[in-house]
Amino acid sequence: MPLLELDSVTKTFGTLVAVNGVSLRIDSGAIAAMIGPNGAGKSTIFNAITGIYAPTAGRIVFDGKRIDHEPTYRIAASGIARTFQNIRLFSFMSALDNVMVGEHARLRARLWDSLLHTPAQRAEERETRERARELLAFVGLERLSERYARNLPYGSQRHLEIARALASLPKLLLLDEPAAGMNPRERQDLIALIRGIRDRGVTVLLIEHDMGLVMELAERITVLDHGERIAEGAPAEVRRDPRVIEAYLGAPAP
Amino acid sequence: MHEFLAQLINGISLGSIYALIALGYTMVYGIIGLINFAHGDVYTLGSFFSLAILALLGATGELHGPALLIDAGLALFGAALLCGIVGVLIERLAYRRLRNAPRLAPLITAIGVSFILENAMQVWKGPSPVPFPAILPNPAVTVAGVAISLQQFVVVGLAIATMLALQLFVHGTRMGRAMRATAQDRDAARLMGIDINKTIALTFLIGSALAGVAGFVSGVYYQSTWFFNGFGAGLKAFTAAVLGGIGNLAGAMLGGFLIGIVESFATWLLGGQWSNVAVFAILILALVFRPSGLLGETLPEKV
Amino acid sequence: MIYIYFLAAIAVVVVAERVPSVGAKRALYAALGAALLLAPLVDHNDADYNVLADAGVFVLLALGLNIVVGFAGLLDLGYAAFFAIGAYTYGMLASPQFGIHLQFWVLLFVAAALAALFGIILGAPTLRLHGDYLAIVTLGFGEIVPQIFQNLTAYTGGPNGISALDFPSFFGHSFGQRALPYYYVTLALIALGLALARNLRESRLGRAWMAIREDELAARHMGINTTLVKLSAFALGASFSGLGGVVFAAKLSLVSPDLFQFQVSVLIVSMLVLGGMGNIPGVVVGSLVLTLVNSVVLPQANALAGAVGLHVDFSSYHFFIYGAILVGIMLFKPEGLLPSVQRREELRHATAPQDVRA
Repeated sequence: MPLLELDSVTKTFGTLVAVNGVSLRIDSGAIAAMIGPNGAGKSTIFNAITGIYAPTAGRIVFDGKRIDHEPTYRIAASGIARTFQNIRLFSFMSALDNVMVGEHARLRARLWDSLLHTPAQRAEERETRERARELLAFVGLERLSERYARNLPYGSQRHLEIARALASLPKLLLLDEPAAGMNPRERQDLIALIRGIRDRGVTVLLIEHDMGLVMELAERITVLDHGERIAEGAPAEVRRDPRVIEAYLGAPAP
Repeated sequence: MHEFLAQLINGISLGSIYALIALGYTMVYGIIGLINFAHGDVYTLGSFFSLAILALLGATGELHGPALLIDAGLALFGAALLCGIVGVLIERLAYRRLRNAPRLAPLITAIGVSFILENAMQVWKGPSPVPFPAILPNPAVTVAGVAISLQQFVVVGLAIATMLALQLFVHGTRMGRAMRATAQDRDAARLMGIDINKTIALTFLIGSALAGVAGFVSGVYYQSTWFFNGFGAGLKAFTAAVLGGIGNLAGAMLGGFLIGIVESFATWLLGGQWSNVAVFAILILALVFRPSGLLGETLPEKV
Repeated sequence: MIYIYFLAAIAVVVVAERVPSVGAKRALYAALGAALLLAPLVDHNDADYNVLADAGVFVLLALGLNIVVGFAGLLDLGYAAFFAIGAYTYGMLASPQFGIHLQFWVLLFVAAALAALFGIILGAPTLRLHGDYLAIVTLGFGEIVPQIFQNLTAYTGGPNGISALDFPSFFGHSFGQRALPYYYVTLALIALGLALARNLRESRLGRAWMAIREDELAARHMGINTTLVKLSAFALGASFSGLGGVVFAAKLSLVSPDLFQFQVSVLIVSMLVLGGMGNIPGVVVGSLVLTLVNSVVLPQANALAGAVGLHVDFSSYHFFIYGAILVGIMLFKPEGLLPSVQRREELRHATAPQDVRA
């Protein structure tokens, strides 16, 4: 059974058709990628999966349950985490607090616990902090844990966003252009990091413009153009697909 | 029935003042996304400036013929000009630095500016309401059994004339186009060679001048003014702008007239002490159920 | 004499927030607490406790509003409405108005709960609005509530309000006309308020508030039910104000609608802005400074001016002071006069050239 399944999802904004009848299956434990020129509808699909927009038509099923028309916070709590194309960290909070917020959905503390700092709450806070430190170490930020997110260097901000996303122990991680703006060394680190994430048992779906990275990393690739799926398959197949070549001919992969 | 018509005319007169103020709110919100909380006080300043100019001209009572035209004209244009200048200064000194700050910072600043203006006016003319000379003769015309005063004609006429002029300016001139372009997409407008700072200053100039006109008009209409008038009137005019669809000029005018009519009828039917409750209830309901307003459109959230 | 209290309290907080050692910090606060508790042994001037109890009410209000504005980032411009609800709760249920004479201590709980309930009633439909629209809605609510209290003359005494409220009593000892008992009540409530505010900040809920303040959309992606979390901020913040309202009304033995106008809401916002929104010690200092100015400095300036034959009414400059604080701080020191040490450090880092790519 696939972990995530999109069944002919369509999303329109007024008269603009951003996504047109796209179907997609992501198997558990995979690293999958979505590629396509700008405006192909990739980010819209991410936003539909995480509930920012309800699809105009079609179904989204995650882990055996329909999630289209669910609110974002519930989708997040059910095991989908994401990063954003234009980094969206909590700027005036420390790196550690950012990751601790990421654990929100897993924590049990009620209003009462938060007000009175009950023993159960204290214990939970200790664990939360410890897990957050582990995650910061996992992405290589243990030394920057007390810095405000806004003051971290760009590459570290990308890593912090990933650590924050992992904090909810998601089943599926959506990465929106994780390699944007990275130099070749940072890019190699990122590839290792994403493989490491998959080895923790997290399924990964990423949007990326860096074709080399996608070909190296992804096991399945979906190609979108003008809101429609034009190809789907293993990297080698996709590379040879005439429709993909055509879509990229006018505008070669950046 | 007569009472109904009389209240309707009352409401339209009142509404034309709100509409003039609402235009300033909506223009500024449209262009920099700020609720210019001090705008209501600029309106009160308009009354105070008119008052000062009339005093300077020695106009203390009813005026006739050329004296009426000259004195009233000077007070009107003087108040508009001075308010325009105050508006530009406020933008330059208080808001411009905060254009890219977190959204609440300029709003808090605007509340601060409002309080400073109110205090200045309180020191200038004292804490009590100030009489405004009754410069207009007061023959009432009876239409269908309802008496309409000359004041009411002048108030509504001036308001409508000003609004028409604004429409012509915004849709018919280069500067008007620059304003609309900046409101729609500031970065794109900059790339097209529009001077953003100048355009925003112009928006404040015009919006505040309209508040000045409203201040003059309300002085003539009520024959009284008060340093704290702008708080309530500003809030109602803002309600009007929201009701009409913020950023939308026609909407602000429509909203202004609607709020004026609602206030007038609430006073008639429920009593004056409930009219504010009615207007603010509309504000809350409008924001909750139709934040895009009657003539506005909803935009998807940017991610 | 009265200056000593304010200046000592302000000095202790400022110093304590700057000393590196946790032990020294605790010792300073403990000393301040002990001094405040024992002061009445030395100072027998009830007028001092009158001013201090009022200051205490405002500290409490500022702590409560800080939850809403500072932690959760929701600008509430109608906070005085909850203050009014607390005060009228006492006014209506502990006075000859209806012949109901409930205990002060019971009404503290009732008012806190009622204010929280009204916070939820206001918040439930409005909290999905964005920043400045929410601010205006709360302002509208803040205008409506005192107006309704004024209009429902049969229940609330109309514009004159309700007077001759009951004196609270403590184990049979009536507070009477003295301010001293209220001073102790506000000290206790501030201690409680400080503990709760600090607990909340270091908790799952507090982090969720701050996440919403920083980026609501990202917060939703962390599994935060933003509506519920914002509602809890509104309700908790309102309950502080409800408590303050009861103390205020009992101490004055009077409630009337003109005590809860927009200026009160802006005054409390100014306290937060002055001290530094979101930072608890800063908020306390901000509220102490402003009450000192309002209830001590300005009246004394008036008296002084009168003594030298000047006819200046300094108390008519309140608006100017609040306005100047709001504008000046926002333009030149948006983190407030006493930001947390971390925030100050980080703002210094931020001036270093940023790595801008992508």
